[in-house]
Amino acid sequence: MKSAGKLARAAVTLLAGTAILAGAGQALAQDNRIEIHWWHAMAGARGELLNQLVEGFNKGQDKYKVIATNKGNYPEAMTAAMAAFRAGKAPHILQVFEVGTGTMMASRAAIKPVYQLMQENGYKFDPSTYITSVTGYYSTSDGKMLSYPFNSSTPIMYYNKDAFAKAGLDPEKPPRTWQEFEPALKKLKESGSTCPFITSWQTWVHLENFSALHNVPFATKANGLDGLDTELKFNSPLHVRHITTLANWMKEGLMVYGGRKNEPNGKFASGECAILMESSAGYASFTKAPFKWGMAMLPYYSDVQGAPQNSIIGGASLWVMARHTPEEYKGVAQFFDYLAATENQVFWHTKSGYLPITPMAYETTKSSGFYAANPGTDVSVRQMTLNPPTENSKGLRLGNFVQIRDVMDEELEAVWSGKKQPKEALDTAVERGNRLLRQFERDVKR
Amino acid sequence: MEKRVVFHNKYLPYLLVAPQIAITVIFFFWPASQAIVQSVLREDAFGVSSHFVGLDNFIALFEDEYYLNSFKVTALFSTLVTVIGLSLSLLLAVTADRIIRAATLYKTFLIWPYAVAPAVAGALWGFVFLPGPGIVAYLLQQMGVDWNFHLNGAQAMFVVVVAATWKQISYNFLFFLAGLQSIPKSLIEAAAIDGAGPVRRFWTIVLPLLSPTLFFLIVVNVVYAFFETFGVIHSLTRGGPAKATEILVYKVWYDGFEAQDLGGSSAQSVILMAIVIGLTVIQFRYIERKVHY
Repeated sequence: MKSAGKLARAAVTLLAGTAILAGAGQALAQDNRIEIHWWHAMAGARGELLNQLVEGFNKGQDKYKVIATNKGNYPEAMTAAMAAFRAGKAPHILQVFEVGTGTMMASRAAIKPVYQLMQENGYKFDPSTYITSVTGYYSTSDGKMLSYPFNSSTPIMYYNKDAFAKAGLDPEKPPRTWQEFEPALKKLKESGSTCPFITSWQTWVHLENFSALHNVPFATKANGLDGLDTELKFNSPLHVRHITTLANWMKEGLMVYGGRKNEPNGKFASGECAILMESSAGYASFTKAPFKWGMAMLPYYSDVQGAPQNSIIGGASLWVMARHTPEEYKGVAQFFDYLAATENQVFWHTKSGYLPITPMAYETTKSSGFYAANPGTDVSVRQMTLNPPTENSKGLRLGNFVQIRDVMDEELEAVWSGKKQPKEALDTAVERGNRLLRQFERDVKR
Repeated sequence: MEKRVVFHNKYLPYLLVAPQIAITVIFFFWPASQAIVQSVLREDAFGVSSHFVGLDNFIALFEDEYYLNSFKVTALFSTLVTVIGLSLSLLLAVTADRIIRAATLYKTFLIWPYAVAPAVAGALWGFVFLPGPGIVAYLLQQMGVDWNFHLNGAQAMFVVVVAATWKQISYNFLFFLAGLQSIPKSLIEAAAIDGAGPVRRFWTIVLPLLSPTLFFLIVVNVVYAFFETFGVIHSLTRGGPAKATEILVYKVWYDGFEAQDLGGSSAQSVILMAIVIGLTVIQFRYIERKVHY
């Protein structure tokens, strides 16, 4: 009998709890603003900056309420949205990393193109007011923007000025070309460095951006922007030459391999490695480093015609999901308009290290004296806009790109461990990658 | 007196097993049937369009050299984990069983690793073997070994086997110790009086009497190596380098969640399901017959 009494009491408590919850629900419902859900993958400091942007929007008007939710890392956010879409509960806005772009574009029925969204809701949407090398990545070949570039970055070079001085190199003059690189690395090694050079995101830096900077195709059909029947091209003599150079450096201890993603950042931040290639958005992780460091553009081969061209971006963009009401889309458009405002762009650019997406934002940041006070923070923008982009440097759009990146990583690792010759490895990577591209093409056309 | 429990109400027994059946249906049969359905479809990422493609997904798998490679990797990995894990824990259990002083202390320490989650075990061993600062990596480098398990496939396999085995040793140890303690002392004493030394006693008396435990542990360990080592692999090598540690279940996850190839991933799940059913049948049909209870 005693336990029955307990049970009854528990039931009463439960009921009371439900009543309170219901009451709270009613209170919330009185705030009858239209909710706009945004799923993203920004955590930590970047997540807080994002929340500040959202808060600004929510306070600035009373019709819509943007609710930003972190859904884990990029692939997790994307997978969550796919499952949600199937269940009819997709968010309005989804942040998708650049390698997911091909997949999103191929899912035409699941997305609402951004240019269409802006036009329908009466926003004058002029893509030419954006930095073309940023928007090019997310536009169709005839310049229609499909997703909204939110956080874009480009790889740059970070170097340890103290290590340079110790090796007798000029800390204010980092090597500009790959030819100047080798003597510098040798001097660093002679001065006692166990890790003169390391790189994060090796495929993004040494194959994808390498191609763009040297104005050679990474893949046919303008790197996939012009069609699904694209084929990989990163096994050209120039690519083989570069990978061979890197492999030799590794053998001689001039370069160290530290992993596929940004694991090498730690080795630079600790002072172990003298030169690092990493995203411009890695900037924030080195501000506390106990040594002087600088930023510079990626090197190039000076004997290649047209180099340096311009680098391409990584990061993510915002996609609008299909099957929502016109009223809600109106709110999304208004939110995007808010994000593009110069003050918000400047805020995001200067705090996070991501690129500004409009020239206006860049100029404003410049005239505010931010770049002068923080030397090197404009390297990424200048490198992106070195030259008007060509069809080799507009961007990349490949289906199954997540797997293609892994294939490239695997084959490069085979080179670094001495199992394969550079030519053989790049040929295999191209062949395996092309198979993935054909599979994607078949799936889309079915 | 009737020893069996008899239900007088016809429906009560069904009602009592209903929750278990419901759980099995919702969490096992339903997802399994979904996997079978998905395995004959090709879909875009958002499921807007899907097409029946028959056995295309399966054919593509067997044309993929990396899928076949994954079989070899899984076979090697699960054999190593099972054999090394069982031998070591049996050795530990036999020695712990003989210890008189501070036995509880030893046993407690040996059981601890079981409380560690696979992903954490992976991260711990990752620190120990991290090329450069890792303590074992440092010693190996001092000995002249070119240690970098991020690049060397054999070394990567070694590290994941160490981490996966270490985690499972406690579990095996517990069962072996319990098994050892249930062997009647009189049998062993009789053998000792007849002049059999400790080694001989182990092979002729202890091991045969321990065979039900051993059999049970083989089944559990193989299943562990097949499925539960995902966390270890994910945190240590992510299946690399060059797919040297990509076991079947890791590939299922990768193709489904990273590569968003639901059809291919489901086809692999179906094959995996068939393998496990097959293994279980073999184990209970043939191996169990040789076990003395």
